[in-house]
Amino acid sequence: MEFTNIAYVVGAVCFILGIKMLSHPRTARKGNGIAALGMLIAIVATLTAGEVLDFKMIGIAVLIGSIIGGFIAQKIEMTQMPQMVAIFNGLGGGASALVASAEFFSQHNQSPSTFLLVTIILSVFIGTLTFTGSFVAFGKLQGFISGKPIVFPSQQLFNALVLISIIALGYSIVGNPLDLNLFYGVLIAAAILGITLTMPIGGADMPVVISLLNSYSGVAAAATGFVLMNNALIISGALVGASGLILTQIMCKGMNRSLQNVIFGAVGGDVAGGPSGEVQELNIKSYSTEEAAMIFDAAEKVVIVPGYGLAVAQAQHAAREVGEWLEAQGKTVLYAIHPVAGRMPGHMNVLLAEANIPYEQLKDLDEINPEFEDCDVALILGANDVVNPAARHDKSSPIFGMPILNVDKARTVIVNKRSMNPGFAGIQNELFGYDNTIMVFGDAKDMLNQLLSDFKEL
Amino acid sequence: MIDIFTVFILAIFVGNEIINKVPPTLHTPLMSGSNAISGIAIVGAIIATEVGGELGSWLGFIAVIFATINVVGGFLVTDRMLKMFKKR
Repeated sequence: MEFTNIAYVVGAVCFILGIKMLSHPRTARKGNGIAALGMLIAIVATLTAGEVLDFKMIGIAVLIGSIIGGFIAQKIEMTQMPQMVAIFNGLGGGASALVASAEFFSQHNQSPSTFLLVTIILSVFIGTLTFTGSFVAFGKLQGFISGKPIVFPSQQLFNALVLISIIALGYSIVGNPLDLNLFYGVLIAAAILGITLTMPIGGADMPVVISLLNSYSGVAAAATGFVLMNNALIISGALVGASGLILTQIMCKGMNRSLQNVIFGAVGGDVAGGPSGEVQELNIKSYSTEEAAMIFDAAEKVVIVPGYGLAVAQAQHAAREVGEWLEAQGKTVLYAIHPVAGRMPGHMNVLLAEANIPYEQLKDLDEINPEFEDCDVALILGANDVVNPAARHDKSSPIFGMPILNVDKARTVIVNKRSMNPGFAGIQNELFGYDNTIMVFGDAKDMLNQLLSDFKEL
Repeated sequence: MIDIFTVFILAIFVGNEIINKVPPTLHTPLMSGSNAISGIAIVGAIIATEVGGELGSWLGFIAVIFATINVVGGFLVTDRMLKMFKKR
């Protein structure tokens, strides 16, 4: 037992070191390896702790899990990363709930302590909620379920009642642990709550939801750690819980929304309402790629602003080619990444890294905003709300107060869009009518390839 | 019992410190990596296969599958992503 606990501490230290090494892309990969080593140590220590274990059963389960996990990890597209993380959050929560349930079934007729019962109920509640909530989030991201907020009358009242019933059932279990129906009640109510809490959240808010569910999966693991009095689970669960919560805050800040507003607001659908007031007429200048190429030719410093539209059009590689060509002409090229540019925290960075764009060129909001002042051309590819200057000055705008990329400060802003459709917030972007803005319409990939061939003819 | 709370609270503080230092560029690998770490539930799942009797061991069996998917898939996909982050 002593040996096992020491091994758990070593495992936890590996996790902490691993995350610490994620503070720089140079050391990150090694850090991930160290964390994996920590996991291996913890698992081997558990298997060799001297308990009578059914190794055949465990072996089969590990084999099945490894095949599925390995297959997903190899095959998943980088654009689908949010879906994969959603599923993994759900499985993590599910595993914690199952472990706590197994503990309940083995202990409930052995006069368990109140502490044990409370931690079991907490673990089952959070784990099950994470499980069902994550699968709803997955369905929304994958398009199985509409990305629009799904609401029904008195939804919040309903959720409150479900939560109260879980507390009441939990209280009854502590008084009467022999009644299994009470336990099943908690299980079912938590499963329902996971669904009804996630359904009303719109597609644009998914980065927040995934981060939050990530945090829950950690909290569920920590709760299970309390059930089993196991330090490895408690430390790891606390790390993951803290990580998810920090990312949730960053995402909320990126959208200028409070967490309550995201969870209960039911906005952020693909087209949420639209502008209520008058639609201002924008005076738009539409240019050909040839004309745009000449503007690039005169520029010294170019900032490329990729939005999710770029990834949807699979145009990251074309963007890199344009960037490389500009660099070869002696121009400075940077990429501006808004915190909510992708479908999950840091998603856009991964999509650009996949296209072989060096990470030094990827700049976050605080780094890049001062750079626009002396930037000659800002090229907007499929981004919309995150470059809307209305967020800075128009108090009536739904996105007022949201931190944006100040692309309008650049000498010339070149916006590529498929059409004049508004973005997620469903509002028109006044940037498109600015004097220093020109529009180049078309599919991002076609436009970039055309631009590249125009460069070569200059 | 107080020991275990101490560990929990301290771990939250440590987590806060180190995670705030992870740059936005690496937030997706941080998330998939922490997914893998939350697969530590596999330790509990392995123990569950032997303590819970017939039902408990089946629940543990499923939990081991779930947690293994998390661990194996999480670490592998994180490695696959981090491999792509290249210097100029």
